[in-house]
Amino acid sequence: MVELIIFFEQIYRILFLLIPVLVSVAMIVWLDRRVWAFVQKRRGPNVVGPFGLFQTLADALKYIFKEIIIPASSNKVIFILAPIVTMTLALIAWAVIPFSETFVLADINVGILYLFAVSSLGVYGIIMGGWASNSKYPFLGAIRSAAQMVSYEVSIGVIIINVLLCVGSLNLSDIVLAQKDLWFVIPLFPMFIIFFISALAETNRPPFDLPEAEAELVAGYQTEYSGMMYAMFWLGEYANILLMCAMGSILFLGGWLSPIDLFPFNVIPAPIWLILKILFLFILFALIKAIVPRYRYDQLMKLGWKIFLPFSLIYVVLTASFLMYFDLLPGN
Amino acid sequence: MSLIRFFKTIFMIDFLTGLIMAIKEIFKPKKTINYPFEKGSISPRARGEHALRRYPNGEERCIACKLCEAVCPAQAITIESSEREDGSRKTTRYDIDMLKCIYCGLCEQSCPVDAIVQGPNFEFATETREELYYNKEKLLENGDRWENILAANINADSSHR
Repeated sequence: MVELIIFFEQIYRILFLLIPVLVSVAMIVWLDRRVWAFVQKRRGPNVVGPFGLFQTLADALKYIFKEIIIPASSNKVIFILAPIVTMTLALIAWAVIPFSETFVLADINVGILYLFAVSSLGVYGIIMGGWASNSKYPFLGAIRSAAQMVSYEVSIGVIIINVLLCVGSLNLSDIVLAQKDLWFVIPLFPMFIIFFISALAETNRPPFDLPEAEAELVAGYQTEYSGMMYAMFWLGEYANILLMCAMGSILFLGGWLSPIDLFPFNVIPAPIWLILKILFLFILFALIKAIVPRYRYDQLMKLGWKIFLPFSLIYVVLTASFLMYFDLLPGN
Repeated sequence: MSLIRFFKTIFMIDFLTGLIMAIKEIFKPKKTINYPFEKGSISPRARGEHALRRYPNGEERCIACKLCEAVCPAQAITIESSEREDGSRKTTRYDIDMLKCIYCGLCEQSCPVDAIVQGPNFEFATETREELYYNKEKLLENGDRWENILAANINADSSHR
């Protein structure tokens, strides 16, 4: 009986996190389209619900009623599994995101490592989808995506090392609390920029949306997907974008902390600050989508391996030397 | 790579200029109209939905000369005619297959009595194919409904004919 109560308690806690995340994913799709339209002086979706807020729900409803077509030559099990994997991996990473000092689903000591591992696994959904479709465009898209995500994961890993050097803990709550006096965006500003650009590449957003470059690859790994399976890829992608924004705000923008510890700011509840920071980063994502042209593939690889990786490695050495020299290493 | 170009790349000057410009664009007035709720202006020559017009006394204009049927490049028009009791030639059947029609406007140009015209209405989508096979009643009804606008359009365009 006691086990059952604990079980249900956990289920409710998970749902309490998961449902807001899913709803905000839907809202974020709307925001993305809206910002994109505004930059191009269009109106964007503004008919369904107030300001068109329910547009994504209407789209999702449409996808549910559409037929799911499974290509005859595909590997059916993997074909069906791929969007499920993408969606699941995009959602389970939210377990470790701390919304406030107390409100975190799983306060594990290797939180950042878990987050990094799960976001790396995300590439599997795409590779599986591209391979199982048994068609040339999805396959090319999946290969591109795999190479791109692996390349940029390396520099994200090195950037995380930078942050960890300053914190001395892999627990996400500790990382946020370490920024009480100074957000890491100030001392590690170049790393923040590189993290942001790598996050764009990691989530296949423009200017790095080569895996789904519609001019060359139709829709990349999503080409053969239809109906709800396509929608799951799509939601998983946006959940990943949101996750990257959350990761960026926790690592560099002080997570749930308010910018200054003064009266009007410190009464606003902690989760609101995190949400505002995520939104700020996401609007940047959306603006960048509207203004940049797509990279060529060799330029993308050159940027990842020849510029970001060496630069972030040098910055690790610099940070470590600085901390050693001024005896600022955490734990001392 | 020159030094200036190098610093521009490192500090992402071009990118930031673009970003600031994008943010400025957000607050400028929109170039598109809020379509189903507000509509753009339409030229008097617009070639939209067809209509058969009448004279002010209620008599149909069409004299069944079948010029429109002959000129129609998509062969969307079908006309059958017979003599009426008063000796005038009138159509007994005037069908337009709106799905075949390419909205070229040749029927309107060929008509000697301005009977068949294309009006400004372009929002006549239907849920079934059958509703788009227009017959004489439907076309005359269109003519009655849009007569004011149709007459004004023909008048506005008359100096160019």
